[in-house]
Amino acid sequence: MSTMMKIENLHAKIGDKQILKGIDLKMLKGKVHAIMGPNGAGKSTLSKAIVGHPDVEVTEGKIIYKGKDITNWEPEERALEGIFMAFQHPVEIPGVNNAYFLRTALNAKRKHLGLPPLNAAEFLRLLKEKIKELGMREEMIHRSLNEGFSGGEKKLNEILQMEILEPDFVILDEIDSGLDIDALKKVSEAINKMRTPDRTFMIITHYRKILDYIEPDFVHVLKNGKVLKTGGIEIVDALEKEGYKIFEEA
Amino acid sequence: MGMEKVDKIINSDYELGFEVNIEEEKAPPGLSEDTIRFISAKKKEPQWMLDLRLKAYHAWLKMEEPRWAKVTYPPIDYQSISYWAAPKKALESLDEVDPEILRAYEKLGIPLEEQKALAGVAVDAVFDSVSVKTTFVEELNKLGIIFCSISEAIRDYPELIKKYMFSVVPMTDNFFAALNSAVFSDGTFVYIPKGVKCPMELSTYFRINAQNTGQFERTLIIADEGSYVSYNEGCSAPSRDENQLHAAVVELIAHKDAHINYSTIQNWYPGDAEGRGGIYNFVTKRGLCEGENSKITWTQVETGSVITWKYPSCILKGDNSVGEFYSVAITRLAQQADTGTKMIHIGKNTKSVIISKGISAQKGQNSYRGLVKMHESATGAKNYSECDSLLIGDRCGAHTFPYLESKCESAQIEHEATTSKISEEQLFYLRQRGIKEEDAVSMIVHGFCKDVLSKLPMEFAVEAKALLDLTLEGSVG
Repeated sequence: MSTMMKIENLHAKIGDKQILKGIDLKMLKGKVHAIMGPNGAGKSTLSKAIVGHPDVEVTEGKIIYKGKDITNWEPEERALEGIFMAFQHPVEIPGVNNAYFLRTALNAKRKHLGLPPLNAAEFLRLLKEKIKELGMREEMIHRSLNEGFSGGEKKLNEILQMEILEPDFVILDEIDSGLDIDALKKVSEAINKMRTPDRTFMIITHYRKILDYIEPDFVHVLKNGKVLKTGGIEIVDALEKEGYKIFEEA
Repeated sequence: MGMEKVDKIINSDYELGFEVNIEEEKAPPGLSEDTIRFISAKKKEPQWMLDLRLKAYHAWLKMEEPRWAKVTYPPIDYQSISYWAAPKKALESLDEVDPEILRAYEKLGIPLEEQKALAGVAVDAVFDSVSVKTTFVEELNKLGIIFCSISEAIRDYPELIKKYMFSVVPMTDNFFAALNSAVFSDGTFVYIPKGVKCPMELSTYFRINAQNTGQFERTLIIADEGSYVSYNEGCSAPSRDENQLHAAVVELIAHKDAHINYSTIQNWYPGDAEGRGGIYNFVTKRGLCEGENSKITWTQVETGSVITWKYPSCILKGDNSVGEFYSVAITRLAQQADTGTKMIHIGKNTKSVIISKGISAQKGQNSYRGLVKMHESATGAKNYSECDSLLIGDRCGAHTFPYLESKCESAQIEHEATTSKISEEQLFYLRQRGIKEEDAVSMIVHGFCKDVLSKLPMEFAVEAKALLDLTLEGSVG
């Protein structure tokens, strides 16, 4: 099975604080990888390192994506190559129309792929279809980006962006946080529809619940900046019962 | 990390800093009665105009330069400035306009001829001290609209000039207005007759070219009962090490049911990163809503000048009259802007809206200064003010000085102010979606200014957006 992303001995810090201390992780094409771990384990830092967030400084190791070393790439270059992160706290950008933003992002991607840009009418047709599928209110696409959206609406808007941009590698950073059961179901359904043999998901979560809806192929447990354990869903059962300490003895 | 890059993006060059080599006639530096007589004679003015100029000059001599604005600059030596510069050739028709000047305007993106004709814009161009060319005059004349240089208006329409000039901005209104009244060189005059809706946008472009020259233009726009006009002005100047003074006066009069839309894109040379060079932009702009239901709208995009001191204002005298002020002011490099408006409510049920967006980057200092005054007679008057500041980086500053005076119990004043920063998180969010950093900055800035940019006439809005991008992005075309 082919590898989508390979992380080798990744060390990274935020400010002066060393957070990742040698992460080794392989994520496969077409698979769903869940990343779990206690607070401060380095889950968010790992995802930030993958997307190239300027706060994170990689001090050692590599991130190999589709066979290319992307460790020092600009964030937008990684995005154009198909890396997408659904943010835990999507930021509000006043005055920037949601639909306009989405079209700009999509056309940047199309340009990168050597495709002609979509005009406003073509794009709106695509957008309307997607928001109908997601059960979003249409007026949300005409509002300013994330401004005044409820927690659930912000998460749905992230999913909408994912559907429009059709990335190859998707990070869902605590997409379940702050969602009620109905919203969680809706988001999970949308993600499941996006599961294809070519797309990889990396789901960062604290809770088991979302993994009942989106069944992971692999579960990785992070602690103290390292991967402590890799396995299947059975790991989650053990975690539920015993907590993270059960993996520490070995 | 990301912010340093943004800084680099903002550090774009001033594109309009070229100088044109044309033969110019210039008055020797210095200001005296003789200078004023020289200017007046050059313009073949009637005696009464010269008398008014001299009166203003003597009043100015007794006045002091205002220092209350939040700007700092070394003292101005008024005797080192030349108060008159003009292209040497006489200009009678477009064919006679020096091709260098036309090329200069083309470089500025102002095609005087066909392009604008297609766009339906009538243009008056003021090059240093004189008006070079006014297009579309005949067509406008058929409707009774007068659109000409102020010099021509003084010769051809003395009754209108005598009645309205100095009626909104008295010659002794302030130091710079008095100076302008004494030495004003040229500018634009517009008269829209009763009931006429001006069918096209009227535009003036101001260009300071000559060295050591001040520019003192004077604009007067009168909208008679029930008329409408939309007027745009743009400005630029060559890059130079020394500072140049620009002290303009604009007066607007809106009679009953008339509406004047006045838009400015100010792109004078901003000086360098250390504050060397650049235009001192000390401008008095005021509109009088004289009649009932009249309306004056000021929209400005201020990106240039090293110092800006400018408060386009409305006197809301007619009942139910409306004053609006929409402003985007960008200060970067070492620019300082102290700008805002005054809304003086006198008539009943008068309304005013103030939307001010200040953007500061690098060492730019941006101050909003605004007065809302409700006279006792202004029953039922309403004001809404919103002043938002956006900071890029941590060496710049934003300041807000709202003054509210109300002598009327039934008047309502509402004021909101916010200050925000372009955050790393906003930039990163957009970049994570594949949008390049400079496009991301531009997207955030445009979003911030949207409420104001949407008030500009369409093609001017396109120009303003392009200018914002040029100023902030470094995408020199």
